[in-house]
Amino acid sequence: MKINVLAFGVAKEIFGSSLVSLELTNDATIYNLKYLLEQQYPRLKQLASYMVAVNNEYALPGDTIHERDEIAIIPPVSGG
Amino acid sequence: MIFGIKDYWSKDKWTKESLIFDLFVLDQLINDMTNTQILLSAETLNIQSCIDWVMSPESGGIDVFIGTVRNATKGKAVLKLDFEAYEPMAVTEMEKIVQQAFDKWPVQRVLIHHRTGVLQVGEVPVIIAVSAAHRDAAFDACRYIIDTLKQTVPIWKKEAFEDGDIWVAAHP
Repeated sequence: MKINVLAFGVAKEIFGSSLVSLELTNDATIYNLKYLLEQQYPRLKQLASYMVAVNNEYALPGDTIHERDEIAIIPPVSGG
Repeated sequence: MIFGIKDYWSKDKWTKESLIFDLFVLDQLINDMTNTQILLSAETLNIQSCIDWVMSPESGGIDVFIGTVRNATKGKAVLKLDFEAYEPMAVTEMEKIVQQAFDKWPVQRVLIHHRTGVLQVGEVPVIIAVSAAHRDAAFDACRYIIDTLKQTVPIWKKEAFEDGDIWVAAHP
């Protein structure tokens, strides 16, 4: 399945775009997504940490991704 | 929320007692809808209007946290900050924090206003205002809200220095 990944903050600069498209297997997890992204964008591994959000909620590494989910890369937050 | 409006109107037995109870519940529902205000804005925040909004005759005190753009980080001059938000999720996460504050402390009204966009030194990126009958709850909730916001709400700031820009907290 093809999914779109939103990027914010430093992740947007690492991807060179606020939106990237990826091809994932149908039962892909957050862990699989992070692995794939880190292969394509090694600078992600240099971040202090980063989370993935699915449909506006923080996701866990074992969570499955579904087609049409809204996926976002959340680098360390620094609001306030 | 105890029950939805649909359930409310489909009640088939109307007694004086149940009506009084229902009006009480409805009042609570309306109150629930107006005791929280969350705003993400690209416009200048208005401190006085935030204080006015949380003030009520039942309040014994108001706690306000105002974040301001500092002119230096670790001795290096900061020229400006640029705030970016994942807006729908930022609002959802702020709503969660406010709900946690209501669960933990007897607070009356809670407000969070947060800026997006470019802010100059001295400008205000965030205002948190909390009213309560007694000051302990207001102090504790206000502190909890700003501390948790900084950990969980998807908002990012980029510091502009004379020799380049850095996303805060991005790298170890």
